[in-house]
Amino acid sequence: MGLFENILPPKERMQRLFTWGDAVVLLLIAVLLYSGVRLAFNAPAEIQGPAIRLEPRALPWYALLSVGRMTAAYLLSVLFTIFYGRAAAYNRRAERILMPLLDVLQSVPILSFLPVVLLSLSAILPQAVAAELASIVLIFTSQAWNLTFGWYQSLTTIPVELREASSIFRLNTWLRFKRLEFPYGTISFIWNSMMSWAGGWFFLMAAEIFTVGERDFRLPGLGAYLQEAANQGDTRAILSGLAALILTIIALDQFVWRPLLAWSDRFKVEMVESDQPPTSWFYDLLHNSALSNALGRLFAPLTERLDLWLVRRSPMRATDEEAPKRNWPILLLSAALAALLLYGGLRAAHMLASLPAAQWGRILVGVLVTLLRVAVSLLIALAWTIPVGVAIGTNRRVAAVLQPIVQVTASVPATAIFPVFLLLVVNLAGGLDVAAIFLMLMGTQWYLLFNIIAGASAIPQDLKYTSALMGLKGWARWRTLLLPALFPYIVTGAITASGGAWNASIVAEYVEFSGQTLFTTGVGSLISQSTAGGDYPLLLAATLSMVLTVVLINRLFWRPLYRLAEEKYRME
Amino acid sequence: MSNGTPLLELKHIHQIYTSGTRKFTAVEDVNLTVSEGEYVALLGPSGCGKSTLLRILTGLQKPSEGQVLYRGQALQGVNPHATIVFQTFALFPWLTVLENVELALKARGVPAGVRLPRALDLIDRVGLDGFENAYPRELSGGMRQKVGFARAMAVEPELLCLDEPFSALDVLSAESLRGELLELWTSGNIPTKAILMVSHNIEEAVFMADRIVIMDKEPGRIIAEMKVPLPHPRPRQSDEFRALIDEVYALLAGQTKSEVEELGAAPGEAGRVRRLPDVHIGDLTGLLEHLAEKPGDQADIYRLTEELTLDSDHVLRLSEAAELLGFVTIAKGDIQLTPLGETFAEASILARKEIFATRIRRLPLVRWLMGMLQRAEKHALKDEVVKMALQLEFPPDEAEKQLDTLIHWGRYAEIFSYDDGSEEIFLENASEKVAV
Repeated sequence: MGLFENILPPKERMQRLFTWGDAVVLLLIAVLLYSGVRLAFNAPAEIQGPAIRLEPRALPWYALLSVGRMTAAYLLSVLFTIFYGRAAAYNRRAERILMPLLDVLQSVPILSFLPVVLLSLSAILPQAVAAELASIVLIFTSQAWNLTFGWYQSLTTIPVELREASSIFRLNTWLRFKRLEFPYGTISFIWNSMMSWAGGWFFLMAAEIFTVGERDFRLPGLGAYLQEAANQGDTRAILSGLAALILTIIALDQFVWRPLLAWSDRFKVEMVESDQPPTSWFYDLLHNSALSNALGRLFAPLTERLDLWLVRRSPMRATDEEAPKRNWPILLLSAALAALLLYGGLRAAHMLASLPAAQWGRILVGVLVTLLRVAVSLLIALAWTIPVGVAIGTNRRVAAVLQPIVQVTASVPATAIFPVFLLLVVNLAGGLDVAAIFLMLMGTQWYLLFNIIAGASAIPQDLKYTSALMGLKGWARWRTLLLPALFPYIVTGAITASGGAWNASIVAEYVEFSGQTLFTTGVGSLISQSTAGGDYPLLLAATLSMVLTVVLINRLFWRPLYRLAEEKYRME
Repeated sequence: MSNGTPLLELKHIHQIYTSGTRKFTAVEDVNLTVSEGEYVALLGPSGCGKSTLLRILTGLQKPSEGQVLYRGQALQGVNPHATIVFQTFALFPWLTVLENVELALKARGVPAGVRLPRALDLIDRVGLDGFENAYPRELSGGMRQKVGFARAMAVEPELLCLDEPFSALDVLSAESLRGELLELWTSGNIPTKAILMVSHNIEEAVFMADRIVIMDKEPGRIIAEMKVPLPHPRPRQSDEFRALIDEVYALLAGQTKSEVEELGAAPGEAGRVRRLPDVHIGDLTGLLEHLAEKPGDQADIYRLTEELTLDSDHVLRLSEAAELLGFVTIAKGDIQLTPLGETFAEASILARKEIFATRIRRLPLVRWLMGMLQRAEKHALKDEVVKMALQLEFPPDEAEKQLDTLIHWGRYAEIFSYDDGSEEIFLENASEKVAV
């Protein structure tokens, strides 16, 4: 069950809770949001959504559209990762700005940007293009950060002696990438890609089914199909839509990710054979086929020529990079950027100041209510994932039965089943209040569960024997063995989970459903309401408040806990 | 074999690290010339900067001060005529033996037609034919290092640098690999003009090199050079060989000086603060017990390496610790148990702890820490605080090591202890007064 060990986030590098970098980044976000909101003033008041056909024949096409959007965003993320990660890892000065930026971007609830992005893009682009682009931007922002973090982490942890050997044997930039950086980072990159895709589905579904008031931003795809089916109460369509989604995800897993994992096993750094290498029937099939061998023979001379051409064209530079001299164009450009940032900041502050106090009161209440909802959903998730996770993680037989089920269930993005779920609870007491918590739960519990399974299966056998020999049972066993051992994993899972819950609030607290509008108190609901009503200062204020709240909670609550977990309870 | 043409010259090399406002000298004023035909060993205890020096002379690292000349020219960047055989092999784990060797050639733009036969020939020569398509993880340590040698030879270096190439290998593989390297070198079948080997193993240096450059730590510097005029192969049991080894040990182990000089100063005082050797009490006790069984309670230090099956670096650290605590005296490469050391070796566990405690209370570093703890509230200090204070004297890594050793020794002596939960160091017996 070594699978899950790879998804633990990188260790924190930064020591201080807040830095100047954070302030700049927050200002940058405020200015970006402000510019988006300014643009949104010109957004058309009414937007016609596409007609969604419910016959099953349409499903393959819709699935293809959804996968296409994901792929486009993923390719963008990969490009971004390679360049951004490289700049951060190899340039001290860039690192100091780029890493805090990434850190804040990572904790920002991305969905809170969706209304602003959609509105501003639809103001300047044809509606179909705007929605497509917005969905790709949104998925990109959900995929890129952890990929980049992982890649940066890989680049900075390449063993010194391999680095030195590369210099001594004069590997140029290309060979260094091909033979050192790429192989070294590949395994973590694939794991992070799988995480990114899982997150991407969540946001794609949200982007595909986003409707607010008279504006229908839906995109033809599996998400829109599911919502339309739920709207019409068409059970058969709902089921076939869900089946198509699950099939798509499983197919990607079997035909893309598992083969990639099996292939990448060759890149592990450990000098011992692993006892349980990842396997993939599809990879074995491809690997042993005559076709792939033929292709290999065809490409070998080509890569050889490419390598030699690049080596001769740009050999390793004789000297190390000298400290760059003062570069006037870049200095001027940064000064201009800083001025622009300051100006934008002032304009944003001006817009925020125009918001009446009563509205700020609503935002404050909204933030508190949503915070409460996030906390409740997290507690519920903890209450069931800890016992179940321990049962799966410590018992091979239970794991063998439950793990595939859990993996398939977890692969369904919560946003996809939300319309279906609403259909069930919409008429019950508590209605959307309960449903919102449920949606958050759907989005959060799996991270927790996976982490707890990983933690439970990582408890050394010796410790388990010892506590059995000492006769530890019940609460004593939990207190002395299980909870301390699980603590780092619980914290790691909970950080991701609470981030997911905040995100979900945007689509959970305000819903357009079968022609009626349902909403409840909360900051997510405020963001959607202001989008629908065209109250742009409120949209800006609510979105910024949410971003700030989440960043603060991360820094003041989660990070200290994470540090404690790393220092005291990590078994290594 | 040396024809005297200087290949590599180091002139007044200094390497200085800054940590905060403090400066630490890792390498101080090193001057060294390696001529064609020479096999030079750079020998010294761990932490003497010999590996740093190797990185400087190959161009991997720029010195803070000084000049590296190669064939009379100032070195720009990584020296294209030098290669390194690394201690930890530094093989690419995802490449086969053949691909690892080939990569070095490919990076120099050698086309496949020339590259493949040359790589195969080298693999053949180091005795790895049949393993061309094996991955490093399938090989034993000795075989991995053979790949390391084949890769280094592949680029036909003029200057072959060896960074403790045998120290990560088991005894037998190391021995056979040493023999094979010497054979290649003395037969003149390789285009290599000179070899520079970094080592902390005294016997290895005397066995292989024509000239031994001896370095010491605090700060890292050259303290002596000696020629090894013996022809190859050198029989290890011969008197000349043993005499040379004894001589090197005498240089490295030093001479027991007056107590004031041995103990050094406390942090903050004038004078040099002496580092505590990184030594485990169990090992120290073992050494003293071993000496107590010897006739006359004394031994040649170099013989101890064989008798205790430890490497020379470890033996030197243990002798240094025993000397610092007054359990032994060292002169001319001989180690002699003092009456106190004898008492310690024969004492019961509790009595040993008491003797140990009285001895380490005299160490300035221990006294300094006890004084700080006495003055502190509840006689306890966060380890971070102590580490920061130590960083005024030592580089950060060394400060951490010193703190670990202090805690380890203090715990054994039951003078002070450490609570991992609160990360605090505290006095075991708070009423205890510092003997000042």
